Amino acid sequence: MESEAREHKVFSRVGMWLFLLSEILIFGGLFLVYAMYRAKHPVDFHAASGELSRFDGTLNTAILLTSSLTAVLAIYSLQVLNKARRAAWYLVATIGFGFAFLVVKAFEWAAKFQHGLYPRAAEMATRPNGEILYFGLYFTMTGLHALHVIIGMVVLAVLLSWVIRKKATQQNSAALENAGLYWHLVDIIWIFLFPLFYLIS
Amino acid sequence: MTAARYIYIWIALLVLTAITVTMADLNIGRVGIIVVLVIASTKSILVLLEFMHLRSEKRLLLKLLVPIAIATLAIFIGLTYTDILTR
Repeated sequence: MESEAREHKVFSRVGMWLFLLSEILIFGGLFLVYAMYRAKHPVDFHAASGELSRFDGTLNTAILLTSSLTAVLAIYSLQVLNKARRAAWYLVATIGFGFAFLVVKAFEWAAKFQHGLYPRAAEMATRPNGEILYFGLYFTMTGLHALHVIIGMVVLAVLLSWVIRKKATQQNSAALENAGLYWHLVDIIWIFLFPLFYLIS
Repeated sequence: MTAARYIYIWIALLVLTAITVTMADLNIGRVGIIVVLVIASTKSILVLLEFMHLRSEKRLLLKLLVPIAIATLAIFIGLTYTDILTR
């Protein structure tokens, strides 16, 4: 029975990593598109990147990195220390940081819309092709990433309720571990999005 | 693995972020993008090994999955580049 449970845990981890692999390839494809268009329009990408707020991007990077720390500490608290209460609070913090990330993102997008910098806007039509492509990719990639943040927050909220209801415990922590893996992957994707969009001006 | 180690990793990630943001202002041209990608890769490896526990992973299959994903992507990107650049 004991070894069966352990096997089950390993399989669930393998399954999670395979899923993460598919996520890497989805974003990888988008990064490939980015690389090709940037190679074709280096000057326009340069200019368009200057429209982004470097402060907001840096702030969001720090927020997401910190949320990864609280996520891993939640797992540590449950798995190693067997402190469910502490784990629950770390999960609350992680979800909170996720929300803060989305708030900053929302302000950023709102500013872009105000300046008419969104796909098919009148202002956009006056810009060179490379800038149109840049903003198209910016909204697609940060939008898809934000969707992942929202999904991650929902998953973490479910895990929070499991920890509180003792459905996720020290002996039964595979689900929490997998949720953590997903959250860290979302962080890694942002680690690449941030310099490629915000730091090339 | 102790909680302190996680905090050190977190500090290292923040320091690397600060370095990459500062570098962007220096305007070192073509070398810049390489440095930026090296720093982003370093940060990702830290997250993968420490936060995602690949360092202490004992199963070879799981240890290999990420290198396989990176190799696949490298082939995609490499082949596409050779196509674009030789047109």
